[in-house]
Amino acid sequence: MRAEVTEAAETTAVEVVDLASTPLRELNQRLHDLAGGADGPRRWRILNPNGAHAVACGIDAEIEIEIQGHVGYYCAGMNKLATVRVHGNAGPGLAENITSGTVMVDGNASQSAGATGRGGLLVVHGDAAARCGISMKGVDIVVRGSVGHLSGFIAQTGRLVVCGDAGEALGDSIYEARIYVRGAVSELGADCVEKELRDEHRAELADLLLQAGIDDLDPSDFRRYGSARRLYNFHVDNAY
Amino acid sequence: MCGIVGLFAKSTEVEGRLGEHLSAMLAQMSDRGPDSAGVAVYREPAPSGACKLTLFSDDPLQDWDALAADLRNAFGGAPEPGVRASHAVFVVDAEAFDAEAWIRSAYPELRVMSAGQTIEIYKETGRPEEFIRQFSLGDFHGTHALGHTRMATESRVTTAGSHPFSTGLDVCLVHNGSLSNHNRLREELRREGIEFQTENDTEVAAGYLAWRLREGASLEQALDGCLDDLDGFYTFLVGTADGFAVLRDPIACKPAVLAETDEWVAMASEWRAIAVLPGAADATAWEPAPGVVYAWERQKV
Repeated sequence: MRAEVTEAAETTAVEVVDLASTPLRELNQRLHDLAGGADGPRRWRILNPNGAHAVACGIDAEIEIEIQGHVGYYCAGMNKLATVRVHGNAGPGLAENITSGTVMVDGNASQSAGATGRGGLLVVHGDAAARCGISMKGVDIVVRGSVGHLSGFIAQTGRLVVCGDAGEALGDSIYEARIYVRGAVSELGADCVEKELRDEHRAELADLLLQAGIDDLDPSDFRRYGSARRLYNFHVDNAY
Repeated sequence: MCGIVGLFAKSTEVEGRLGEHLSAMLAQMSDRGPDSAGVAVYREPAPSGACKLTLFSDDPLQDWDALAADLRNAFGGAPEPGVRASHAVFVVDAEAFDAEAWIRSAYPELRVMSAGQTIEIYKETGRPEEFIRQFSLGDFHGTHALGHTRMATESRVTTAGSHPFSTGLDVCLVHNGSLSNHNRLREELRREGIEFQTENDTEVAAGYLAWRLREGASLEQALDGCLDDLDGFYTFLVGTADGFAVLRDPIACKPAVLAETDEWVAMASEWRAIAVLPGAADATAWEPAPGVVYAWERQKV
């Protein structure tokens, strides 16, 4: 199956959709129609997104999509199997609830990037704003720049890699996700603590950076953060 | 929800097409605020010693020429009404304070939407697209402008409850968000002599800025004060005679995008409102950081 798809991708021309002339719903419907391995183009290029919401949202197909320009809310939300690359900036809720596949943004992402993601990989080559990886449940997120406040809030599983700095309340009320930060952390959130960076973590980091196409950083320069596990059980001193 | 837009011209080309660009931006934000719309346009300064008032009447048969005659008798000069839908702009040969006081006593049924040298405010209930058409928004030229599309949460859908809110001479505010301590703050500001015309939360923020500016604060200091004294969610866009400023609350739930080219500076709730501007694809675009004041001002000659 996989070999067939690759062969098809090589032989099929790129399907170009210009959102200046094609309604967004028509595009998304065509992408949804590819679910379950249905026949259709495997490589897509989307022009003139002009900040539209929910571009390439809800895909369930092993296809490649290049988006030329800035997108609005919820781009590549609920992504499954697809590789989506945005050549521009992304609005709030990028790749929200991503299940698998890869979402990459060349520019910056607004708040809640990768929120509640269950799997797959999200790469932001610029900065991500507040609440990056909020409530992540298995997605891996690599941010080449910095992240805003409350990133990794109640993060349950998955890895959040920040090559720049992190804003206030990083990893507040975190469960078992792992956070790696190369730059400065303004402030750790409740129950988030720095932990030892061991060899297995360096190996994990090297793999994530490689997947993100980042080859000029040394995993040893990162610090690891995770849960102190003091909020797992009810404690009267934590109640208001 | 609500949508905010702002455009600051850096070239005469953009100044000449300010209304056209503002209309395109506002229409993009229609989905975010379908119940009312409004703009503040900074244009054609009144001569020194004179002032400019924007008045609103809910009477479709309002006799603006009669008002012009009364203004001429009271203050001299030759004020001509610039009528757009339910609003009319007058340049009056008087200080703004005196002209406004005269309107309030002689025409208490009218509402003063704005007063100052350059500001004009127009706002109305209904779909933003309809507002743009009714007020011939595309005609405007000017140096900078702010706009708002409203989805009401804190008070009724009325013309008076629409944005922008004027906060003193040539100053106005548009707001995306909701304030939770506006009732108590309104009472405190009333004791300081600030007047309020509605139960709207944004009017309280506008009154707060007016009070701080009156007490000698700079615009930047007044906005910094919002971080301590206002409780709630907000992205603010504040217009002055010389430019505009942007502030987001520290939690920053409400969106904001800034973009700049050699021709203009633009602010909007979303990129799609900026994408309609010429050269947008090559603009420098970024999200303003929470709790930080961003300001642009025209160079004073």
